[in-house]
Amino acid sequence: MSDIKKSAQELAKDQREISISEFFEKNRHLLGYDNKMKALLTIVREGVDNALDATEESRILPDIYVKIEEVGSDKYKIVIKDNGPGILKKQIPNIFGKLLYGSKFHKLRQSRGQQGIGISGCVLYSQLTTGEPTKVISSTGDGKTHKYDIKINVQKNEATIMKEEVTEDKDNKWHGVQVSFVAEGVYREHKQSALEYLKQVAIANPYANIVFDSPNGRVEFVRGVEKLPVEPKEIKPHLYGVEVGIMARMLKDTKARTIVSFLTSEFSRVGSLSAKQIVKTSEIDPMTSPRKLEHKEIVALVDAVKQTKLSRPPTDCLSPLGEDAVSAGLKKELNPEFMATLTRPPEVYRGWPFQIEVGIAYGGSITEANLMRFTNRVPLLYQAGDCAITKAVSQVDWKRYGLSGDKLPDAPVAIFVHMISVWVPFTSESKEAVASYSVIMKEVKLALQDCARKVGSYLSGVRRAAAIKEKKSIFEKYAPETAIAIEELTGKNAKETEKMIIKLVEDKWGEIVKEDLEAIENAKKKNGEPAESSEDESGEEEPSETEKGEEESEEAADEGHEGEEEEEKEVKD
Amino acid sequence: MPEETKKRLSKLGENVHSQLSQVKNPDINLPIRALSNIYFDEKKKLIMLGGKVSHRTYLNVAHTRKFMQTMMVAAECKKIIDQNVTISIRDLYYALKRTIPDTREETFDSQGESDPIIEDLEAAMNTLREKLNLKADRKGYMAGQIKILDGRDTIDASRMGSSGWGIPSNMEPEKIHFKDNKAKFILVIEKDAVWQRLNEDRFWEKQNCLIVTGKGQPDRGTRRLINRLHNELKLPVYVLTDGDVWGYYIYSVIKQGSINLSFLSDRLGTPDAKFIGLTTKDIEKFKIPGNVTIKLNKGDHKRAKEMLNYVWFKPKEWQAEIKHMLQVDHKLELEALSAKGIRFISETYLPQKIKQKDFLP
Repeated sequence: MSDIKKSAQELAKDQREISISEFFEKNRHLLGYDNKMKALLTIVREGVDNALDATEESRILPDIYVKIEEVGSDKYKIVIKDNGPGILKKQIPNIFGKLLYGSKFHKLRQSRGQQGIGISGCVLYSQLTTGEPTKVISSTGDGKTHKYDIKINVQKNEATIMKEEVTEDKDNKWHGVQVSFVAEGVYREHKQSALEYLKQVAIANPYANIVFDSPNGRVEFVRGVEKLPVEPKEIKPHLYGVEVGIMARMLKDTKARTIVSFLTSEFSRVGSLSAKQIVKTSEIDPMTSPRKLEHKEIVALVDAVKQTKLSRPPTDCLSPLGEDAVSAGLKKELNPEFMATLTRPPEVYRGWPFQIEVGIAYGGSITEANLMRFTNRVPLLYQAGDCAITKAVSQVDWKRYGLSGDKLPDAPVAIFVHMISVWVPFTSESKEAVASYSVIMKEVKLALQDCARKVGSYLSGVRRAAAIKEKKSIFEKYAPETAIAIEELTGKNAKETEKMIIKLVEDKWGEIVKEDLEAIENAKKKNGEPAESSEDESGEEEPSETEKGEEESEEAADEGHEGEEEEEKEVKD
Repeated sequence: MPEETKKRLSKLGENVHSQLSQVKNPDINLPIRALSNIYFDEKKKLIMLGGKVSHRTYLNVAHTRKFMQTMMVAAECKKIIDQNVTISIRDLYYALKRTIPDTREETFDSQGESDPIIEDLEAAMNTLREKLNLKADRKGYMAGQIKILDGRDTIDASRMGSSGWGIPSNMEPEKIHFKDNKAKFILVIEKDAVWQRLNEDRFWEKQNCLIVTGKGQPDRGTRRLINRLHNELKLPVYVLTDGDVWGYYIYSVIKQGSINLSFLSDRLGTPDAKFIGLTTKDIEKFKIPGNVTIKLNKGDHKRAKEMLNYVWFKPKEWQAEIKHMLQVDHKLELEALSAKGIRFISETYLPQKIKQKDFLP
C-alpha cells in the first residue's frame, strides 16, 4: 500500500513539473512569448501595467522608468521602475515567484487586467531563456529597501530566493518597485514594439510620466495632465450577463437563504420586486434553498431573467479619461494640426456597462493613417483584424468627411479608440481583440462619425482657404496668353491688356471670395462648439438590449444621389 | 468672304477688350451645344440648335482656362486667314500648344481640348470651320459613275481602283463641283469592309449608283457630300448599317444631323434619306441563320430605350423596329449576311430591298 502511495506522490510531482514548463511552452502564443521580438514587448508591458496599476490605486501620479539594454547576442536587460507604494516584503516572493498569483482575478472592477500570465511569467521566461534570476528592489517609503534575486521553483510553483538584502537609509524617501530581467529577445522599433507600446501608453495615460532608455537612446514621454482619472468602483454582476454555468456556481457559493435574497444581494440593480417577479416567472418554489436548485430550475431562472425588465447596471464603475485628457494625450505625443475627441455616454452589452472614447487627430507630426486601440487604457497592438474596433473603423464612410480612403482614411490621421469596461469581451485568451458585439461596434462608429465630422469640417475650411489662394493664381496664370491673343485679334497692346485683367481680379476680389470666406467662418464656428453633447443621441434611455435601430440615417441619406448621371451622349463627329 | 470672317474674329477680341477697359468681367456668349438646347424641326425634319446661350466668363475658375483657349483659337484663325493658308485642326492644336510661362501647365493638353473650341467659335460666330481656314483628316470614300471637279483637277470616281475617292474635309461648293453623273441613287455604307466588298463586285456599275462609306460615324465632309449630291442631283439616299442601335444612330445623324453639330444640320443633314437595313426583321425575311446574331448587352438595352424617346425616332416603323429588337434580344452585323454566301449582299439582299422599296423612313 505505502509503496503505491509513494510512487503516486512522485508521479504527481513529475506531472506538476512537466505541466508548468509544458504549459508555458505550449501556450507561449497566449502568454505573449511567441517570438523574441514580442517577448521584449510582453515584459515591458507586464512591468508597466503593474506600475500604472500600483500608482493609480495609491492615487500617485505615475513616474515610470523603462530601460532596455543589450547585454549579449539576442540577450537584453529590461528594467522597469515606478514610484508606487512598493510591495510588502512578505508579498514579494508570491508576486514574482508564483505563477497565476494575483489579486485582480476575481474582482469586478475596471482594471488593466492581465494579458498573458503576469509578471511571474516574465520571471519564468527570463529564467528559461538565460538562466538569470530576476532582481526586485522595493521600498514602501520607510527608508528600508529590500533587494531580492528571485527564480521560480517550477516543481513547487513558488519563489526561490537566490539573494536577499535590506539596506536602511532614513533619508531615502523613495517608494516604489524596480524590477530587472535578463531575457532572450530582439529589439526593434516597429508598429508592435515596446517603443510603440510606450508611446500609446503615454497617449492613453497622459497623467503618467515615462522615461525610456532604449538601445537607441532616451525617449521621454512627458506628463500632459496633472490629474489622475476618477477611481472606478467595484460592482456586482448584472443579471443580463449571467449564463447558466455562472449562475449555477454562484448559487452554490451563496450564503443567501432564499432565491429572492440571492438575487438581490449577489447582483447589481435587482430590487426585491424584480427578484420576486423573476422567481414567479421561473415557477420555482420560492422557498427552495438556492443551493438546492436543480439544473432544470437554474435554466428556468436564467430564462425568467430574460423576460424581466431590469434597470441598467450602475456606471460609476467606469472611469473614462474624458475628452480633455484624450486631447492632451494625443496632443503631447502627436502634436496634430487639429483634433476632435468624444466620450460617449455609458452603454451596456449583455449586462456589462461599457463606454467608448474616440479621438481623431489630423496632421502635424502624423504622416499616415494609424489606428490605435485601447481597452481600459492598455494599448492593443496585435490581432487588429479580428477586433470590433478595427471593423467599426472600416465601416465608417471616410470619404463623406473629406478623408478619402476605404477602410482607413487615406490621410494623415491618428485614430484613437478606447473601450472602458468592467469586463472587456476579448475574442480569445491572448486578449488582443475586442469581440464584435453590435452595440459596441455601434458606439464606436457613432463616436468616430462625430469626430470625423469635426475633422471633415475643419479640413473643408482648410481646403477652401487653399482654394482661394489657388483661385487668384488661376486668374493671374492665364492672363498673359489671353492678352497676347487679344492683341493678335485687335492690335491692342498685350501688356496693357494684361494689366487690365490683373486690375479686374483685384477690383472684384472681395466679391469673388465672399462666399468662400463665409464658408470658412462657418466651419470654424462648428469646430469651436463644445463637444460634450452628441447630436446622435435621442431616446436611448431604456435599458434595451435590442441591437436594432442602428443609427444609419446618415448613410442612408446620401444614397439617393448616387448613380445620377447627366446623360448626354453624342456620337463623335 | 474671308474679310467678313476676319471682321467677326476681331469683333470678338474688341468685345472682350472693351469689357476689360470698363473693369467688367469679360463674357463670351456661346450657344449651348447639348441635348438641353436642341429641338427637332418638324417641318425641316432636322435637329436644330435652340436659343440657349452659355456665358464663358474670365472670373470663373471653371472657365478661365477655356476663356484663354477660346481667345487663342480665334487669334490663330485670324492669323491663318491673313496668311491665306488652310491648316488641319491638328496643326492648329500644335500651333497653339505651349507651356504657360512660370507654370508647368500646357495651353492645350490634347486635341480634345482645341476641337470643341473650334466648334464653339463656329456656332458663336455663325460660320464654318472651312471659313476659318481649318480642315480635318478625311475619313470617307466614294466610288461610282460621277466626275468631281476639285480645283483644277477632274476626278473620275469610277476609276479609283480598289480604294475609291477620298472625300475631302472641305466639301463646300466653292471648292468641289459634280459633273457627268450617271448614278440613280446613293448607297451609304457604315462599314469600310462591306464598301470594299461592293466596290470589288462593281456594285455601283451593276446597280448604277454611288457607294459611299463614312467608316463608322461619317465625318462632316462625307455628310456634306451626301447632302449636296441629294440636293443638287436629286439622288435618293439609302443607308446601310449594322442592325444595332449604334448603326441606327449613324443613320439618324446622316438623316437629321447631330446634337453636337446641330447648328450645321441644314448643311449636313439629308432628311430624305431612307434606311435600307439591316433590321432585325431581316433575320426572318432572309432566313439568316440564328447563330450569326448577337445577344444584346446592357449598353444596347440602355441606348435602345433612350432612342425610343428621341423625337426623330418617333415614326411608328422605328418604334416597331426598336421594340422588336428589344423583344427578340438580338442584333446583327453587316458581315452576318456572308453566312448566306459572300455575294449574297450585292446579288440578293440589296437588289431585293431596293426593288421592293423595303425601307424604313
